[in-house]
Amino acid sequence: MIDTSSTGLITVEEGTKVLPPNVIITALDKVANWSRLSSIWPTTFGLACCAIEMMAVGASHYDFDRFGVIFRGSPRQSDCMIVAGTVTKKMVPVVRRVYDQIPEPRYVIAMGSCACSGGIFRTYSTVQGVDTFLPVDVYVPGCPPRPETLLEALMMLQEKIRKETARWSPWR
Amino acid sequence: MAVVEIRISPKKGMQPTEIAEKIKGEFPDQVIEVVEFSDQVSVIVKRDRIFNICRYLHDDADLSFDHLKDLCGVDYLNKKEIRFEVVYNLYSIRHHHMIRLRAEVPEDNPTIQSVTSIWAGANWHERECFDMFGIVFKGNPDLRRILLPEDWEGNPLRKDYPLKGPELENDWRGFTEVIERSKELREFEWEG
Repeated sequence: MIDTSSTGLITVEEGTKVLPPNVIITALDKVANWSRLSSIWPTTFGLACCAIEMMAVGASHYDFDRFGVIFRGSPRQSDCMIVAGTVTKKMVPVVRRVYDQIPEPRYVIAMGSCACSGGIFRTYSTVQGVDTFLPVDVYVPGCPPRPETLLEALMMLQEKIRKETARWSPWR
Repeated sequence: MAVVEIRISPKKGMQPTEIAEKIKGEFPDQVIEVVEFSDQVSVIVKRDRIFNICRYLHDDADLSFDHLKDLCGVDYLNKKEIRFEVVYNLYSIRHHHMIRLRAEVPEDNPTIQSVTSIWAGANWHERECFDMFGIVFKGNPDLRRILLPEDWEGNPLRKDYPLKGPELENDWRGFTEVIERSKELREFEWEG
């Protein structure tokens, strides 16, 4: 344990120390997680009416941009996939392919009752929840969820990313 | 400046009962029954000359049904002797009148003549009906499944099709393959 009182290091929060004017000492996890959670770029997967709410969150009134969220049209440049709407069996190979194209680290938000569990559609054509073929990080209930609910889900995802350790290493 | 003149036909069109009588007069051996409900008239016909009936309804100057509003199938399992019906909702843009045709289609030979050559818009409706009920439209130029995957088994809108769909082991191959592959790829997911 180094005595920091004589070195001029100032503790600004737990695990982060500052040596004025421009040296910061902290864990690599903290830096990596902070940069990731501050710029989640989701690939949009709007499939039904939930997509309309998702667009509302992206628009100026609810303003996803203030969280660093910018919707990307390409999975290659994304960190997250918001599955918004009813997933049919015919759509499953496409959803899975888009997910497979997202580079690590990647996250999935299942938005709305249909994406969480199939919703009211217990039918021949509807998948009973995207977790049958995708690892889901955050489930958002509602039919469709209010824009505030999706904001809450995003903040929950940010808290989840904040708690990760060593995800910058090779997988496992 | 060009003056655009919009002409609206002063004729209000025919009453649905009149139209039904006219069809009955032209095809007396084809019309089975005329049903009236909520001021809407349905003419139930045999399927054998459905093409000729539709051709007549389209070409006759007084009727002039130039718009096929909808074409769909109905399954009357355990409700009627003849199981299926194909329903034609017709409208005349010129005369502003409408009529509903219902052609009976038996289960053992579910075929009917296509009306695509009369109304080109019937093409996809017939394909949907084929997809969902398995009714074959003879003469349709492109009779493939329109909504479900091509290798799907069964016709989901038939009343004897399981409402929740097939069990997972008998489900559509494209779906079960993805589930199997996602299980294989699970070991590569980051678990913290």
